[in-house]
Amino acid sequence: MTTKTCWEAVCTVDDLVADCGIAVWTEDGPVAVFYLPHRLPALFAVSHTDPFTGSNVLARGITGDLDGEPVVASPLYKQHFSLRSGVCLEDASVRVRSYPVLLDGDRIRLAVPVRQPAAVAA
Amino acid sequence: MSKQTLIVIGNGMVGHHFLEQFTRTPAAERFEILVFGEEKQLAYDRVHLSEYFAGSSHAELAMATADWYADNHIELRLNEPVTAVDRDNHIVTTPKGAYQYDELVLATGSYPFVPPIDGKDDANCFVYRTLADLDAIRASAAEARTGVVVGGGLLGLEAANALRSLGLQAHVVEFAPRLMPVQLDGDGGDLLRQKIEALGVQVHTEKATTAIVPGDAARLRMKFADDSHLDTDLIVFSAGIRPQDTLARACGLEVGERGGIVIDNRCTTSDPHIHAIGECALWNQRIFGLVAPGYTMARTLAAALNSDPQGAFSGADMSTKLKLLGVDVGSIGDAHGQTPGARNIRFHDEQAGHYRRMVVSQDGKTLLGAILVGDNSHYDTLLQYALNGITLPPNPEILILPEHQGGAPGLGADALPETASICSCHNVTKGDICGAIDAGCTDLGGVKAETKASTGCGGCAALLKKVVDSELEKRGVAVSTDLCEHFPYTRQELFHLVRVNGIRTFRGLLRQYGKGQGCDICKPTVGSILASCWNEHILATEHVPLQDTNDTFMANMQKNGTYSIVPRIPGGEITPDKLIVLGEVAKQYNLYTKITGGQRVDLFGATLSELPEIWEQLIAAGFETGHAYGKSLRTVKSCVGSTWCRYGVQDSVAMAIYLENRYKGLRAPHKIKMAVSGCTRECAEAQSKDIGVIATDKGWNLYVCGNGGMRPRHADLFATDLTDDQLIRAIDRVLMLYVRTADRLQRTSVWMENLEGGLDYLKQVVLEDSLGIGEELEQHMADLVGSYQCEWKTAVEDPEKRKRFREFVNAPSLKDPVQQWTSERGQRRPELEVASL
Repeated sequence: MTTKTCWEAVCTVDDLVADCGIAVWTEDGPVAVFYLPHRLPALFAVSHTDPFTGSNVLARGITGDLDGEPVVASPLYKQHFSLRSGVCLEDASVRVRSYPVLLDGDRIRLAVPVRQPAAVAA
Repeated sequence: MSKQTLIVIGNGMVGHHFLEQFTRTPAAERFEILVFGEEKQLAYDRVHLSEYFAGSSHAELAMATADWYADNHIELRLNEPVTAVDRDNHIVTTPKGAYQYDELVLATGSYPFVPPIDGKDDANCFVYRTLADLDAIRASAAEARTGVVVGGGLLGLEAANALRSLGLQAHVVEFAPRLMPVQLDGDGGDLLRQKIEALGVQVHTEKATTAIVPGDAARLRMKFADDSHLDTDLIVFSAGIRPQDTLARACGLEVGERGGIVIDNRCTTSDPHIHAIGECALWNQRIFGLVAPGYTMARTLAAALNSDPQGAFSGADMSTKLKLLGVDVGSIGDAHGQTPGARNIRFHDEQAGHYRRMVVSQDGKTLLGAILVGDNSHYDTLLQYALNGITLPPNPEILILPEHQGGAPGLGADALPETASICSCHNVTKGDICGAIDAGCTDLGGVKAETKASTGCGGCAALLKKVVDSELEKRGVAVSTDLCEHFPYTRQELFHLVRVNGIRTFRGLLRQYGKGQGCDICKPTVGSILASCWNEHILATEHVPLQDTNDTFMANMQKNGTYSIVPRIPGGEITPDKLIVLGEVAKQYNLYTKITGGQRVDLFGATLSELPEIWEQLIAAGFETGHAYGKSLRTVKSCVGSTWCRYGVQDSVAMAIYLENRYKGLRAPHKIKMAVSGCTRECAEAQSKDIGVIATDKGWNLYVCGNGGMRPRHADLFATDLTDDQLIRAIDRVLMLYVRTADRLQRTSVWMENLEGGLDYLKQVVLEDSLGIGEELEQHMADLVGSYQCEWKTAVEDPEKRKRFREFVNAPSLKDPVQQWTSERGQRRPELEVASL
């Protein structure tokens, strides 16, 4: 198996909710996409899975900033995760995967690793 | 080793306090403890005796419960007076038996002094000491119009207040030329008299009663030495106390010339195995007629029985701060300036009705004593100067001048030495408070729980807060009252800013008064404030990002990311048809079903996308959202009440349903729980709720600010025998004031404890409308009640709002694959493995 990155279209701007997250399903599993219209860039994407519980809930957390760093607070036990790096502010040894995200027309695309079967030698 | 026996004679406040202290010490292990009480009731709070007439029961005044005694293995024999002590054989005798002791504690207290006047034994003459006395006074007052208290001291004025609260025209007859002759001087006494007379209590000074005979205009006539007379229906003697030393005399213990069991610095009498504490004890020729010194003796004795050399009794401060009939009175130390060379500084404002006198040492450096009438706000500072011998400022008069005349604000907490006593009821020093903070307490509530400071008479609440704040600040536990890094304001301040400026969105508030983008602290707080002020739908576009997930999706998130659903079942009353619908819905969606403590049904395990479908069915069946997810009214629990129960005196179910429907949806700083009981048996457990209502045969008693949970607290009796309208008005005002002024996530109990003035202040604002905001609070509540909407009904009807309930926006039919289920006791439950990190 090898992995390569592809820009997967996951939703449109109509699906976004200002200052909130939404969850999408990708080749790499569940991802939370956040839209913070008062920041530049305004789009962030991190794993939807809360690493402390394994539950898929991060898109439902409250967003904001702490010392200028854009964050989401887990709705379960309230740890904060940087939306840029995915690092947990309360415990730097824990991080969630973060994904590059871009706006393509009205579509939101994420850079996700895609597993492909290794090419078979001829 | 067989245990020794410790017998305590007397189950009053001091006797009980001794047991509380002693049972915590190692020596308690060595003793079987046996307690005899003469009265029928377990030890109760005599200091607040007059509240018995205001509706408090023995249970509310009680110092502890029978369970406490059982838990501590103390055998309590009430209604069993001790009749003799045999010191040679170490035996005490009661009408029911004889008991051997190894150590004996006399906590027999005192009895009221009744002057030897002809006619003093008439059936309508009383003393004011026990609940039995009060019951007798109440019975006599039922047919009476006037009542006289003989004695114008501290207790006499309390008694006068009690007579007044029974609806009698009250008179006070005092032998001395002024009221409270021990604590006050002439000017102070005169001012107190004016204020009390303005309240309708007639004061007669310099009156020596010579006889009590049948009266003309009333049952009795009091004849005075100056040939005048006064007719009255009943008489209460409150002319001082005498130590109850009868047993001690009879068994030959050393007693004082004018009574009192002689004790040494360890509270031991002339017999090394017999000890005495409280008002029956005579130390250094002095009797201490206040509860705080009695408590100090109790602690001293507990230490002495542990052979702890610390803490010999060394006298006690007799300073007092009181509110008598609503009038502030304070007296500190050498109030009369009897110390040689003492000098006085006086401030007397006849206009405002304030009198303050400082007694300072000859060199002007230390405060020896003080008298305050009309305003006790200077008391704490003056007491600290006097108790700790802190050097007075060069112009000491500033301590009693009004602030606008150059008076100084209170003594900073920093200036107090470690040994300064902050709470005299529980003997808590500033050092103890610092210790509690160093041990990890980070707020006022924590310090109170740890040290018990300010949990006695509560007089030190303001000072305690100052000390705690100042010490926290010193340790860098920033007592910043800022909500968070985005708003340099408290919740209360933000509430005012929102309301006064008509701000309707988080962004608007952030732009004007904050910085950054907000966080999970300020967003829900502001969301709650906006809801309390304007009551717009919480899923209106601007408000969505402010809500915790539970509010956003109007359900309670569980550990696996699914939600629980709790429809409102007002008062816990539900028709069989609706109950069947709940069952059918639960079955259809395979929801784990459990009955909650709040008399409703919780359905667990719904996924995000199932929520709107489930609610469509529930709404169609007539259910509304239960707000189990919100910082808002949860349930109003009720018992079945007078409609079915043979004991019920009011329709508690109807009242509970009315209250639940009135306050449902009210957004508050924290959750609110209520209950209504149909009689005093209290089956709905109303006294453990924020708002508790208990039916009486005349109406409703209202209890406020209780809670269960981590730090359970019984609700306080707030008002009695209210009509339906009075009840609703009081609840409206209490809740609205709470919503407006509490801190974020502050339950009503902590809110009330942190209000300066506490329960009394809350009563003044709500029942007497002392701030003149009663109508405004009611109007605000009426607006909120009028604009209620079922959030779920609005949400399922709005396609835009329903969009939010897609689990994965790009795969609407996909179920979250993380959720693994197993079955237990016939129902589904999550099987959740924590993902490896």
